[in-house]
Amino acid sequence: MENRDHLLEYSIPQLLRWRVRTSGKQTALREKDFGRWIPYSWDQYYEHTRKAGLGLREIGFGKEDKIALICDNIPEVLFVSIGAQALGGISAGIYQTTLPGEVAQILEHLDVSIVFCSDQEQVDKLVEVRDRVPRVKKVIYEDDRGMRGYKADPWFMHIQELYALGDKLHQQDPQLFETLVNEGGPDDVCHLCLTSGTTGLPKGAMMTHRNYINMGLQLTEVDPLEQTDEYVSFLPFAWIGEQMNSFGVAMATGIAINFPESVETAMADLKEIGPHFMFGAPRIYETIRSQIWLKIDESYRLNKLCYNYFMKIGEQAAHYRMTGKKMPIKLRLLSGVGDLLMFRPLVNQIGFRRLRRAYTGGAALGPELFTFYQAIGVNLKQIYGQTEITGIAYMHRDGDVRPDTVGKPLPKTQFRISEQGEILSRSDSVTKGFYKQPEKTEELLKDGWLHSGDAGYIDANGHLVVIDRVSDVMHNRQGEMFSPMFLENRLKFSPYIKEAVIFGNKQDYVTALINIDPIVVGKWAEDRGISFSTYMDLSTKPQVADLVYQEVEKINRNAEKEHFKIHRFAILYKLLDVDDGELTKTGKIRRKYVGEKYQDLYEALYDESIAEKEVEAFYQYQDGQTSTVKTTIRFYTMEEEK
Amino acid sequence: MSSLTVSDVTLTFGGLHALSSVSMELKPGLVTSIIGPNGAGKTCILNCISGFYHPSKGEIHYNDHRLTRLSPHQVSKIGISRAFQNLELFRGLSVLDNLMLARHKNLQYNLLQAFVYWGKASRLEAENREHVEKVIDFMELEPYRQKVVGSLSYGVQKRVEVARALTLSPQVILLDEPMAGMNVEEKEDMVRFIFDLKNEWGLTVVLVEHDLGVVMDISDYIYVLDFGEIIGDGNVQQVASNPKVIEAYIGEE
Repeated sequence: MENRDHLLEYSIPQLLRWRVRTSGKQTALREKDFGRWIPYSWDQYYEHTRKAGLGLREIGFGKEDKIALICDNIPEVLFVSIGAQALGGISAGIYQTTLPGEVAQILEHLDVSIVFCSDQEQVDKLVEVRDRVPRVKKVIYEDDRGMRGYKADPWFMHIQELYALGDKLHQQDPQLFETLVNEGGPDDVCHLCLTSGTTGLPKGAMMTHRNYINMGLQLTEVDPLEQTDEYVSFLPFAWIGEQMNSFGVAMATGIAINFPESVETAMADLKEIGPHFMFGAPRIYETIRSQIWLKIDESYRLNKLCYNYFMKIGEQAAHYRMTGKKMPIKLRLLSGVGDLLMFRPLVNQIGFRRLRRAYTGGAALGPELFTFYQAIGVNLKQIYGQTEITGIAYMHRDGDVRPDTVGKPLPKTQFRISEQGEILSRSDSVTKGFYKQPEKTEELLKDGWLHSGDAGYIDANGHLVVIDRVSDVMHNRQGEMFSPMFLENRLKFSPYIKEAVIFGNKQDYVTALINIDPIVVGKWAEDRGISFSTYMDLSTKPQVADLVYQEVEKINRNAEKEHFKIHRFAILYKLLDVDDGELTKTGKIRRKYVGEKYQDLYEALYDESIAEKEVEAFYQYQDGQTSTVKTTIRFYTMEEEK
Repeated sequence: MSSLTVSDVTLTFGGLHALSSVSMELKPGLVTSIIGPNGAGKTCILNCISGFYHPSKGEIHYNDHRLTRLSPHQVSKIGISRAFQNLELFRGLSVLDNLMLARHKNLQYNLLQAFVYWGKASRLEAENREHVEKVIDFMELEPYRQKVVGSLSYGVQKRVEVARALTLSPQVILLDEPMAGMNVEEKEDMVRFIFDLKNEWGLTVVLVEHDLGVVMDISDYIYVLDFGEIIGDGNVQQVASNPKVIEAYIGEE
């Protein structure tokens, strides 16, 4: 393969310009709008970036100024952020689901002077907190629907106006943008990436141009991509996973990024594009599998028979594929027939037909999910990393996929395990630290190593195994260690269980609060003629409790250690939710908050005399109305198996 | 733009007076609501305007057009379109096909051109599709574009119904209970669509609706009907404090 190390000497805008020179006419971006895919070539990409960049300069944005992006996935996010970076400015992504108060806090903390919003929904948040963010000079918006009332106020600006300003400046001084781009260097900070932070205010990791580009280069060193490959952008842009692709991988390889029409259509649009690689949190893969199952279940008998037969073959073949061993000739033949008759049409239905590799990261994925995807011919692999190391530092290699590990480090990434069992890494992709938080930075980058905060070990094959957050590991009253996340994942691997919270710190035994999966359990209940109305109703059905009981029993049977066994559990009447503060934006459990919120349930879990309890569920709707519903929650104690 | 005027309209079915001497002025660029108890004749007014019924007496004018004796398709050509209370969609067709079909009157190519599908036919189809896509974007129907209408939830079908009326590029849109049977969230969306119809597209909206909360929130002018007669009209405050209206809705003490 060609040597691409020279790309590391560019900043992102410089690399964009380099792409224009080498493949200017090729498609760089595609956006679905009005039902059509509208392409942008690298030329147009650069041109729009220039317009946005010079426009920003005209409204007083300059070196080291910060611009926040609260946007859906649209090409303009890239134009504006890279345009800002070309001026030496720093972009920062904020999740679209962030509440106004939080937005104000973040803007204040990051010293943001300009905000770019996709639509009225986001603009309204700023209107709400306007007096709390005096530093914000301008709010730029992309979609002008519903913005009629704001037009008179100079605080707001449509992106077309920004472009017009940029165009004007370019006409006056055609060399200006080039000069500005030349001034940048790869070690400048270009983006502040909010880390999800399971507690308190998010921290802004200072990412440099080189962080992203190095990441893109090293990743594609292992899993090469063609210039003609396609990627569908549907992860939130504020998440490192999306920036890693648009700033890193796409720039390093020249692939095209496709932006879906809307969040709701992302999966349908993915099917139209048929990407060559994709990243996703485990939830996406779990959802897709559930959909396949449901559809197969509703299919004709012959289809079902074929599916069940070839699935078995596929699983056997997957075993060989994952370990890189050679398949026996008969199996190879049969799995070839299975691919042709069953799996290719099947994956075509979900848009995975051209997918060479699918990556999952952010949380653990059940081993049988790996087997499932590998069986239907989707090369699903685990990745691992933190925001602070530009998302990915470890991943599975083709033919060496072990579901219980996160794989091996990327090239040019050093790693070791500290004496406390913490995973430490070092590479060109490690952040410069946290914005305005030198103590936190010191902690993070002590002795030149990135401290992940995750406990882990290296297994016999040289793969990294992640156990849990160092701070989350719990000990029972006997002092025996266990990882709540590890046990929660075990529970979540059951298709009927969507979410689980494990308790047991300084207690005699482990207990769990369980969320059933509304779709799978709902279908299960329908098939058995169990009628239910709401999620709450479904969750209190005794038959559902039996089902969960059996699942827990299964998990207990396979528990590695005696103290891993779940002794008591209860099914929660509501789904844990981001909006209720129970999960982080990336879907991780806010353990402390959940513990406090469900204190009474926790106490009942550890009082074996209590079999059921009346609870008042408190709901807050989107429009601010609240209501309380009374329900009875039952607690189940697992019988010891003889 | 001039307004849509209903002057002294009486509609009788045999001996039954569905409307008696109703006069209204529906001003351009405003949301005018028609409210009243069940059977008050609200839908009859819309039916008279859109040409389904012809009034027994009285006149309806829009701009220079006399609508009184026109048939529905002629009214729609003038720029007045209507979304029905009971969905009038092709349940077996996709959302896109339903909307494209609504613009059928704009597809003026012959059978031969359709066979060849090159030149005029394909150009016209593309133009119409572009128009339909704007409506899809406006009504946020992207996720449902290719879905069969019958498989969609009632709230979404209602949105398709309004979209179908919009594809005719009307200047006046008659909405017959667009919020009936919707949940709170769907209602909020629909209210926003109606607001945007008025503010972004500058349409004249005539709204028949039972949800008084919604009516009071979005109307610029309100007519109250009871037993086929107008018992009150005015802006929100005027109507809300009108004793006759209160009586019709709540009854006498």
